[in-house]
Amino acid sequence: MDRNSNLYTILFAAVVVTVSAILLSLAVMFLKPAQEQNVRQEKMTDILYTIGLDKEALNQKAKSEGLKLNYQQIEKYFNTYFTEQYALKTDGSVDNNVNAFDINMKAEVKKPVDAQRFPIFIATVDGQKYYVIPLYGKGLWDDIWGYIALEGDLNTVKGVKFGHKGETPGLGAEITKKWFENQFKGEKIYDKDGTFRGITLLKGNKDPENKDKEDHEVDAISGSTLTSNGVTNMLQERLKHYIPFFDKMRKK
Amino acid sequence: MAKKHKWQDLIKDPLNENNPITVQVLGICSALAITVKLMPAIVMSLSVMVVVALSNVIVSLLRNYIPNRIRIIVQLLVVATLVILVDQILKAYAYDVSKELSVFVGLIITNCIVMGRLEAFALANKPWDSFLDGIGNGAGYGLVLIIVAFFRELLGSGTLFDHKVIPQWLYDHGYVNNAMMLLPAMALITVGIFIWVQRSMFPQLTEKE
Repeated sequence: MDRNSNLYTILFAAVVVTVSAILLSLAVMFLKPAQEQNVRQEKMTDILYTIGLDKEALNQKAKSEGLKLNYQQIEKYFNTYFTEQYALKTDGSVDNNVNAFDINMKAEVKKPVDAQRFPIFIATVDGQKYYVIPLYGKGLWDDIWGYIALEGDLNTVKGVKFGHKGETPGLGAEITKKWFENQFKGEKIYDKDGTFRGITLLKGNKDPENKDKEDHEVDAISGSTLTSNGVTNMLQERLKHYIPFFDKMRKK
Repeated sequence: MAKKHKWQDLIKDPLNENNPITVQVLGICSALAITVKLMPAIVMSLSVMVVVALSNVIVSLLRNYIPNRIRIIVQLLVVATLVILVDQILKAYAYDVSKELSVFVGLIITNCIVMGRLEAFALANKPWDSFLDGIGNGAGYGLVLIIVAFFRELLGSGTLFDHKVIPQWLYDHGYVNNAMMLLPAMALITVGIFIWVQRSMFPQLTEKE
Protein backbone atom coordinates (compact mmCIF):
# COMPACT_ATOMS: atom_id res chain seq x y z
CA MET A 1 0.00 0.00 0.00
CA ASP A 2 1.16 3.52 -0.69
CA ARG A 3 2.60 4.79 2.52
CA ASN A 4 1.68 8.37 1.85
CA SER A 5 -1.98 7.70 1.14
CA ASN A 6 -4.64 8.92 3.53
CA LEU A 7 -6.02 5.43 4.06
CA TYR A 8 -2.67 4.06 5.17
CA THR A 9 -2.12 6.97 7.52
CA ILE A 10 -5.51 6.54 9.16
CA LEU A 11 -5.15 2.77 9.44
CA PHE A 12 -1.68 3.10 10.92
CA ALA A 13 -2.87 5.64 13.48
CA ALA A 14 -5.83 3.45 14.45
CA VAL A 15 -3.65 0.40 14.99
CA VAL A 16 -1.01 2.17 17.13
CA VAL A 17 -3.63 3.89 19.26
CA THR A 18 -5.49 0.64 19.89
CA VAL A 19 -2.34 -1.23 20.84
CA SER A 20 -1.31 1.52 23.22
CA ALA A 21 -4.77 1.70 24.80
CA ILE A 22 -4.90 -2.06 25.40
CA LEU A 23 -1.41 -2.05 26.88
CA LEU A 24 -2.19 0.75 29.31
CA SER A 25 -5.53 -0.69 30.42
CA LEU A 26 -3.86 -3.99 31.18
CA ALA A 27 -1.08 -2.32 33.12
CA VAL A 28 -3.47 -0.25 35.21
CA MET A 29 -5.60 -3.30 35.93
CA PHE A 30 -2.65 -5.35 37.17
CA LEU A 31 -1.01 -2.58 39.17
CA LYS A 32 -4.11 -1.20 40.87
CA PRO A 33 -4.14 -3.53 43.90
CA ALA A 34 -0.50 -2.73 44.74
CA GLN A 35 -1.13 1.00 44.38
CA GLU A 36 -4.18 0.98 46.61
CA GLN A 37 -2.28 -1.00 49.19
CA ASN A 38 0.44 1.68 49.21
CA VAL A 39 -2.12 4.39 49.88
CA ARG A 40 -3.70 2.42 52.73
CA GLN A 41 -0.32 1.61 54.22
CA GLU A 42 0.68 5.26 54.19
CA LYS A 43 -2.57 6.23 55.88
CA MET A 44 -2.08 3.65 58.61
CA THR A 45 1.55 4.59 59.28
CA ASP A 46 0.60 8.29 59.39
CA ILE A 47 -2.14 7.63 61.93
CA LEU A 48 0.07 5.39 64.04
CA TYR A 49 2.75 8.10 63.97
CA THR A 50 0.44 10.62 65.65
CA ILE A 51 -0.01 8.40 68.70
CA GLY A 52 3.75 8.07 69.08
CA LEU A 53 4.38 4.94 67.03
CA ASP A 54 6.69 6.11 64.27
CA LYS A 55 8.33 3.89 61.67
CA GLU A 56 11.26 3.19 63.96
CA ALA A 57 9.03 2.09 66.82
CA LEU A 58 7.04 -0.14 64.47
CA ASN A 59 10.21 -1.59 63.01
CA GLN A 60 11.53 -2.45 66.45
CA LYS A 61 8.24 -3.98 67.43
CA ALA A 62 8.26 -6.18 64.36
CA LYS A 63 11.89 -7.09 65.00
CA SER A 64 11.19 -8.11 68.58
CA GLU A 65 8.58 -10.49 67.23
CA GLY A 66 11.10 -11.79 64.72
CA LEU A 67 9.20 -10.37 61.78
CA LYS A 68 9.82 -7.86 59.00
CA LEU A 69 7.68 -4.76 58.86
CA ASN A 70 5.45 -5.11 55.83
CA TYR A 71 1.90 -4.24 54.87
CA GLN A 72 0.34 -7.15 56.75
CA GLN A 73 2.31 -6.30 59.89
CA ILE A 74 1.32 -2.63 59.79
CA GLU A 75 -2.30 -3.54 59.25
CA LYS A 76 -2.14 -5.91 62.21
CA TYR A 77 -0.69 -3.25 64.52
CA PHE A 78 -3.18 -0.72 63.29
CA ASN A 79 -6.10 -3.01 64.02
CA THR A 80 -4.81 -3.99 67.48
CA TYR A 81 -4.44 -0.38 68.60
CA PHE A 82 -7.31 1.23 66.75
CA THR A 83 -10.22 -0.80 68.02
CA GLU A 84 -12.88 1.77 67.20
CA GLN A 85 -13.40 4.03 64.19
CA TYR A 86 -16.45 6.07 63.40
CA ALA A 87 -17.82 8.27 60.65
CA LEU A 88 -19.51 11.14 62.49
CA LYS A 89 -22.36 13.35 61.34
CA THR A 90 -22.37 17.09 62.03
CA ASP A 91 -24.35 16.58 65.25
CA GLY A 92 -21.75 14.16 66.60
CA SER A 93 -23.80 11.00 66.09
CA VAL A 94 -22.32 7.98 64.32
CA ASP A 95 -23.22 7.07 60.75
CA ASN A 96 -22.96 3.31 60.64
CA ASN A 97 -23.33 3.11 56.87
CA VAL A 98 -19.95 4.66 56.21
CA ASN A 99 -16.57 3.07 56.79
CA ALA A 100 -14.44 5.76 58.44
CA PHE A 101 -11.15 4.46 57.05
CA ASP A 102 -12.38 4.55 53.46
CA ILE A 103 -13.40 8.20 53.54
CA ASN A 104 -11.36 10.13 51.01
CA MET A 105 -10.74 13.47 52.69
CA LYS A 106 -9.94 15.28 49.46
CA ALA A 107 -13.38 14.50 48.07
CA GLU A 108 -15.11 14.82 51.43
CA VAL A 109 -14.14 18.43 52.16
CA LYS A 110 -15.66 19.54 48.87
CA LYS A 111 -19.13 18.40 49.93
CA PRO A 112 -21.49 20.71 51.82
CA VAL A 113 -20.87 20.45 55.56
CA ASP A 114 -24.16 18.67 56.27
CA ALA A 115 -23.36 15.94 53.77
CA GLN A 116 -19.84 15.39 55.07
CA ARG A 117 -18.92 12.55 57.36
CA PHE A 118 -16.14 13.16 59.84
CA PRO A 119 -13.89 10.18 60.46
CA ILE A 120 -12.39 9.59 63.89
CA PHE A 121 -10.05 6.77 64.89
CA ILE A 122 -9.91 5.74 68.52
CA ALA A 123 -6.92 3.84 69.86
CA THR A 124 -6.17 2.26 73.20
CA VAL A 125 -2.49 2.00 74.08
CA ASP A 126 -1.49 0.78 77.55
CA GLY A 127 -4.90 1.77 78.90
CA GLN A 128 -4.70 5.29 77.45
CA LYS A 129 -7.27 6.41 74.90
CA TYR A 130 -6.28 8.46 71.88
CA TYR A 131 -8.53 10.14 69.33
CA VAL A 132 -7.09 10.68 65.85
CA ILE A 133 -8.76 13.13 63.47
CA PRO A 134 -7.83 13.52 59.79
CA LEU A 135 -7.20 17.06 58.51
CA TYR A 136 -7.44 18.50 55.03
CA GLY A 137 -7.02 22.08 53.82
CA LYS A 138 -5.25 24.50 51.55
CA GLY A 139 -1.62 25.57 51.84
CA LEU A 140 0.02 28.23 49.74
CA TRP A 141 0.30 26.39 46.43
CA ASP A 142 -1.85 23.34 46.81
CA ASP A 143 -3.54 20.98 49.23
CA ILE A 144 -2.16 20.20 52.66
CA TRP A 145 -3.39 17.45 54.96
CA GLY A 146 -2.56 15.60 58.10
CA TYR A 147 -3.71 13.88 61.26
CA ILE A 148 -3.97 15.12 64.82
CA ALA A 149 -4.15 12.82 67.85
CA LEU A 150 -5.82 14.01 71.05
CA GLU A 151 -5.36 12.43 74.43
CA GLY A 152 -8.18 10.96 76.50
CA ASP A 153 -9.18 14.39 77.82
CA LEU A 154 -10.07 15.38 74.23
CA ASN A 155 -8.01 18.51 74.73
CA THR A 156 -4.29 17.80 74.91
CA VAL A 157 -2.51 17.07 71.64
CA LYS A 158 -0.66 13.76 71.59
CA GLY A 159 0.95 14.23 68.20
CA VAL A 160 0.42 15.46 64.66
CA LYS A 161 1.46 14.43 61.16
CA PHE A 162 1.33 16.74 58.18
CA GLY A 163 1.61 16.21 54.47
CA HIS A 164 1.54 18.53 51.49
CA LYS A 165 1.36 18.37 47.74
CA GLY A 166 3.47 21.27 46.57
CA GLU A 167 4.63 23.66 49.29
CA THR A 168 7.99 25.38 48.79
CA PRO A 169 10.94 23.12 49.72
CA GLY A 170 12.84 24.45 52.70
CA LEU A 171 9.99 26.81 53.63
CA GLY A 172 6.37 25.63 53.59
CA ALA A 173 7.44 22.04 53.10
CA GLU A 174 9.01 22.15 56.57
CA ILE A 175 5.56 21.39 58.04
CA THR A 176 6.30 17.72 57.44
CA LYS A 177 9.51 17.86 59.49
CA LYS A 178 9.82 16.39 62.94
CA TRP A 179 10.90 19.64 64.63
CA PHE A 180 7.74 21.31 63.45
CA GLU A 181 5.38 18.46 64.27
CA ASN A 182 6.91 18.00 67.71
CA GLN A 183 5.95 21.56 68.69
CA PHE A 184 2.31 20.52 68.84
CA LYS A 185 2.81 17.87 71.48
CA GLY A 186 1.10 18.89 74.72
CA GLU A 187 -0.69 21.90 73.26
CA LYS A 188 -4.34 22.31 74.24
CA ILE A 189 -7.20 23.00 71.86
CA TYR A 190 -9.62 24.25 74.56
CA ASP A 191 -8.87 27.14 76.96
CA LYS A 192 -9.42 26.95 80.72
CA ASP A 193 -13.03 28.13 80.41
CA GLY A 194 -13.79 25.28 78.06
CA THR A 195 -14.01 27.38 74.88
CA PHE A 196 -12.65 25.84 71.71
CA ARG A 197 -9.55 27.72 70.55
CA GLY A 198 -7.69 25.40 68.21
CA ILE A 199 -3.97 25.93 67.67
CA THR A 200 -2.57 28.97 65.95
CA LEU A 201 0.75 29.16 64.15
CA LEU A 202 2.20 32.51 65.02
CA LYS A 203 5.38 34.25 64.06
CA GLY A 204 7.31 36.19 66.67
CA ASN A 205 5.12 35.04 69.49
CA LYS A 206 6.25 35.56 73.05
CA ASP A 207 7.09 31.93 73.49
CA PRO A 208 9.63 30.91 70.85
CA GLU A 209 10.80 27.90 72.84
CA ASN A 210 7.18 26.78 73.00
CA LYS A 211 7.33 26.03 76.70
CA ASP A 212 3.88 27.44 77.40
CA LYS A 213 1.51 24.66 76.45
CA GLU A 214 -1.60 26.60 77.47
CA ASP A 215 -1.32 29.42 74.93
CA HIS A 216 -2.81 27.54 71.93
CA GLU A 217 0.12 28.80 69.89
CA VAL A 218 3.12 27.21 68.21
CA ASP A 219 5.91 28.90 66.30
CA ALA A 220 5.15 29.43 62.64
CA ILE A 221 7.78 28.89 59.94
CA SER A 222 9.51 32.10 58.95
CA GLY A 223 9.27 32.76 55.25
CA SER A 224 6.10 30.76 54.82
CA THR A 225 3.32 32.79 56.37
CA LEU A 226 0.72 31.52 53.96
CA THR A 227 1.46 27.84 54.52
CA SER A 228 1.41 28.48 58.27
CA ASN A 229 -1.92 30.26 57.99
CA GLY A 230 -3.18 27.32 55.95
CA VAL A 231 -2.26 24.92 58.75
CA THR A 232 -3.96 27.15 61.36
CA ASN A 233 -7.12 27.38 59.28
CA MET A 234 -7.14 23.67 58.56
CA LEU A 235 -6.91 22.84 62.27
CA GLN A 236 -9.67 25.31 63.13
CA GLU A 237 -11.98 24.29 60.32
CA ARG A 238 -11.64 20.53 60.74
CA LEU A 239 -11.60 20.29 64.55
CA LYS A 240 -14.66 22.47 65.07
CA HIS A 241 -16.86 19.86 63.39
CA TYR A 242 -15.96 17.41 66.15
CA ILE A 243 -17.10 19.69 69.01
CA PRO A 244 -20.56 18.06 69.27
CA PHE A 245 -18.86 14.66 69.48
CA PHE A 246 -16.38 15.88 72.12
CA ASP A 247 -19.27 17.26 74.19
CA LYS A 248 -21.06 13.95 74.00
CA MET A 249 -17.99 12.02 75.05
CA ARG A 250 -17.40 14.32 78.03
CA LYS A 251 -20.94 13.84 79.29
CA LYS A 252 -20.48 10.11 79.39
CA MET B 1 22.22 6.29 4.45
CA ALA B 2 22.81 5.45 8.07
CA LYS B 3 26.46 5.35 8.90
CA LYS B 4 28.00 2.61 10.97
CA HIS B 5 28.19 3.42 14.65
CA LYS B 6 30.66 1.92 17.06
CA TRP B 7 28.69 0.76 20.05
CA GLN B 8 31.23 2.09 22.55
CA ASP B 9 30.83 5.56 21.07
CA LEU B 10 27.04 5.37 21.29
CA ILE B 11 27.32 4.90 25.03
CA LYS B 12 30.37 7.07 25.66
CA ASP B 13 29.66 10.20 23.64
CA PRO B 14 26.53 11.31 25.49
CA LEU B 15 28.33 10.96 28.82
CA ASN B 16 30.71 13.76 28.01
CA GLU B 17 31.28 15.18 24.54
CA ASN B 18 27.65 15.10 23.54
CA ASN B 19 25.99 15.22 26.95
CA PRO B 20 22.27 15.88 26.57
CA ILE B 21 22.12 18.42 29.40
CA THR B 22 25.44 20.23 29.32
CA VAL B 23 26.21 20.12 25.60
CA GLN B 24 22.92 19.57 23.79
CA VAL B 25 21.20 21.66 26.52
CA LEU B 26 18.06 19.53 26.61
CA GLY B 27 15.98 18.47 29.59
CA ILE B 28 17.14 21.32 31.82
CA CYS B 29 13.72 21.84 33.42
CA SER B 30 13.49 18.47 35.13
CA ALA B 31 17.19 18.63 36.00
CA LEU B 32 16.44 21.70 38.10
CA ALA B 33 13.31 20.36 39.70
CA ILE B 34 14.19 16.96 41.05
CA THR B 35 17.81 17.30 42.07
CA VAL B 36 17.07 18.34 45.66
CA LYS B 37 17.83 14.84 46.88
CA LEU B 38 19.88 11.95 45.50
CA MET B 39 17.31 9.17 45.66
CA PRO B 40 14.63 10.82 43.49
CA ALA B 41 17.35 11.98 41.08
CA ILE B 42 18.52 8.40 40.61
CA VAL B 43 15.01 7.06 40.10
CA MET B 44 14.27 9.88 37.67
CA SER B 45 17.46 9.12 35.73
CA LEU B 46 16.57 5.44 35.49
CA SER B 47 13.04 6.31 34.37
CA VAL B 48 14.31 8.62 31.65
CA MET B 49 16.86 6.03 30.57
CA VAL B 50 14.21 3.33 30.27
CA VAL B 51 11.86 5.63 28.37
CA VAL B 52 14.50 6.91 25.94
CA ALA B 53 15.92 3.45 25.27
CA LEU B 54 12.58 1.71 24.77
CA SER B 55 10.97 4.46 22.73
CA ASN B 56 14.11 4.58 20.59
CA VAL B 57 13.82 0.85 19.93
CA ILE B 58 10.10 0.96 19.18
CA VAL B 59 10.34 3.95 16.85
CA SER B 60 13.36 2.42 15.17
CA LEU B 61 11.45 -0.81 14.57
CA LEU B 62 8.55 1.14 13.12
CA ARG B 63 10.71 3.62 11.23
CA ASN B 64 9.98 2.13 7.82
CA TYR B 65 6.24 2.00 8.44
CA ILE B 66 5.47 5.30 10.14
CA PRO B 67 3.74 7.64 7.68
CA ASN B 68 5.91 10.73 7.49
CA ARG B 69 3.03 13.15 7.94
CA ILE B 70 2.06 11.87 11.38
CA ARG B 71 5.47 10.77 12.60
CA ILE B 72 5.70 13.32 15.45
CA ILE B 73 2.31 12.29 16.82
CA VAL B 74 3.23 8.62 16.60
CA GLN B 75 6.47 9.33 18.46
CA LEU B 76 4.55 11.22 21.13
CA LEU B 77 2.15 8.34 21.49
CA VAL B 78 4.97 5.85 21.97
CA VAL B 79 6.66 8.08 24.53
CA ALA B 80 3.42 8.87 26.38
CA THR B 81 2.49 5.20 26.62
CA LEU B 82 5.89 4.32 28.07
CA VAL B 83 5.85 7.23 30.51
CA ILE B 84 2.42 6.32 31.85
CA LEU B 85 3.64 2.74 32.26
CA VAL B 86 6.70 3.89 34.21
CA ASP B 87 4.58 6.21 36.35
CA GLN B 88 2.11 3.46 37.20
CA ILE B 89 4.86 1.00 38.04
CA LEU B 90 6.56 3.51 40.34
CA LYS B 91 3.26 4.18 42.09
CA ALA B 92 2.86 0.48 42.70
CA TYR B 93 6.39 -0.48 43.71
CA ALA B 94 8.24 2.70 44.72
CA TYR B 95 5.48 4.73 46.29
CA ASP B 96 7.58 7.11 48.41
CA VAL B 97 9.86 8.05 45.55
CA SER B 98 6.96 8.45 43.15
CA LYS B 99 5.41 10.95 45.56
CA GLU B 100 8.57 13.04 45.52
CA LEU B 101 8.84 12.89 41.75
CA SER B 102 5.14 13.76 41.47
CA VAL B 103 4.44 15.41 38.13
CA PHE B 104 7.96 15.13 36.82
CA VAL B 105 7.60 11.52 35.76
CA GLY B 106 4.63 12.54 33.65
CA LEU B 107 6.66 15.41 32.29
CA ILE B 108 9.24 13.02 30.82
CA ILE B 109 6.85 13.10 27.87
CA THR B 110 7.86 16.68 27.20
CA ASN B 111 11.51 16.09 28.01
CA CYS B 112 13.28 17.25 24.89
CA ILE B 113 15.91 14.54 25.22
CA VAL B 114 13.36 11.87 24.35
CA MET B 115 11.86 13.58 21.31
CA GLY B 116 15.28 14.84 20.29
CA ARG B 117 16.81 11.37 20.20
CA LEU B 118 13.81 9.93 18.36
CA GLU B 119 13.99 12.55 15.62
CA ALA B 120 17.75 12.73 15.42
CA PHE B 121 18.66 9.10 15.79
CA ALA B 122 15.99 6.41 16.02
CA LEU B 123 14.22 7.39 12.79
CA ALA B 124 17.38 6.72 10.79
CA ASN B 125 19.08 3.86 12.62
CA LYS B 126 18.72 0.19 13.46
CA PRO B 127 16.99 -0.89 16.68
CA TRP B 128 20.14 -2.11 18.47
CA ASP B 129 22.06 1.10 17.76
CA SER B 130 19.02 3.11 18.80
CA PHE B 131 18.77 1.16 22.03
CA LEU B 132 22.41 1.92 22.86
CA ASP B 133 21.92 5.55 21.92
CA GLY B 134 18.97 5.70 24.32
CA ILE B 135 20.93 4.09 27.13
CA GLY B 136 23.85 6.45 26.50
CA ASN B 137 21.75 9.58 26.50
CA GLY B 138 19.79 8.43 29.52
CA ALA B 139 23.06 7.82 31.32
CA GLY B 140 24.43 11.20 30.28
CA TYR B 141 21.31 12.86 31.62
CA GLY B 142 21.48 10.80 34.81
CA LEU B 143 25.15 11.57 35.36
CA VAL B 144 24.50 15.31 35.50
CA LEU B 145 21.40 14.86 37.64
CA ILE B 146 23.21 12.70 40.16
CA ILE B 147 26.21 15.01 40.44
CA VAL B 148 23.99 18.07 40.87
CA ALA B 149 21.76 16.25 43.37
CA PHE B 150 24.82 15.13 45.33
CA PHE B 151 25.95 18.71 45.94
CA ARG B 152 22.45 20.03 46.52
CA GLU B 153 21.56 17.42 49.11
CA LEU B 154 24.95 17.63 50.82
CA LEU B 155 25.04 21.42 51.09
CA GLY B 156 21.31 22.02 51.33
CA SER B 157 20.21 19.36 53.80
CA GLY B 158 23.52 18.02 55.16
CA THR B 159 22.47 14.51 54.19
CA LEU B 160 23.09 11.91 51.48
CA PHE B 161 20.33 9.42 50.72
CA ASP B 162 18.64 10.96 53.80
CA HIS B 163 21.52 9.86 56.05
CA LYS B 164 23.23 12.59 58.02
CA VAL B 165 26.80 13.04 56.79
CA ILE B 166 27.74 16.45 58.16
CA PRO B 167 28.98 15.76 61.71
CA GLN B 168 27.18 17.38 64.62
CA TRP B 169 30.26 19.23 65.88
CA LEU B 170 30.31 21.28 62.70
CA TYR B 171 26.80 22.47 63.46
CA ASP B 172 27.86 23.15 67.05
CA HIS B 173 30.58 25.42 65.68
CA GLY B 174 28.11 27.47 63.71
CA TYR B 175 27.82 25.59 60.40
CA VAL B 176 24.37 25.89 58.85
CA ASN B 177 22.78 24.13 55.90
CA ASN B 178 22.38 26.43 52.94
CA ALA B 179 18.64 26.50 52.28
CA MET B 180 19.35 28.31 48.99
CA MET B 181 20.65 25.03 47.59
CA LEU B 182 17.16 23.59 47.90
CA LEU B 183 15.69 26.18 45.56
CA PRO B 184 15.68 25.75 41.76
CA ALA B 185 17.79 28.86 41.21
CA MET B 186 20.78 27.24 42.85
CA ALA B 187 20.25 24.14 40.72
CA LEU B 188 20.67 26.31 37.64
CA ILE B 189 23.87 27.76 39.07
CA THR B 190 25.13 24.28 39.96
CA VAL B 191 24.47 23.09 36.41
CA GLY B 192 26.25 26.21 35.20
CA ILE B 193 29.32 25.46 37.30
CA PHE B 194 29.21 21.88 36.02
CA ILE B 195 29.26 23.13 32.41
CA TRP B 196 32.10 25.53 33.24
CA VAL B 197 34.22 22.78 34.80
CA GLN B 198 33.45 20.41 31.95
CA ARG B 199 34.39 22.94 29.25
CA SER B 200 37.62 23.96 30.88
CA MET B 201 38.59 20.30 31.12
CA PHE B 202 37.60 19.62 27.49
CA PRO B 203 38.34 22.79 25.53
CA GLN B 204 37.15 21.20 22.27
CA LEU B 205 33.56 21.63 23.54
CA THR B 206 33.80 25.40 23.53
CA GLU B 207 32.29 27.08 20.47
CA LYS B 208 34.84 28.80 18.27
CA GLU B 209 34.25 32.45 17.56
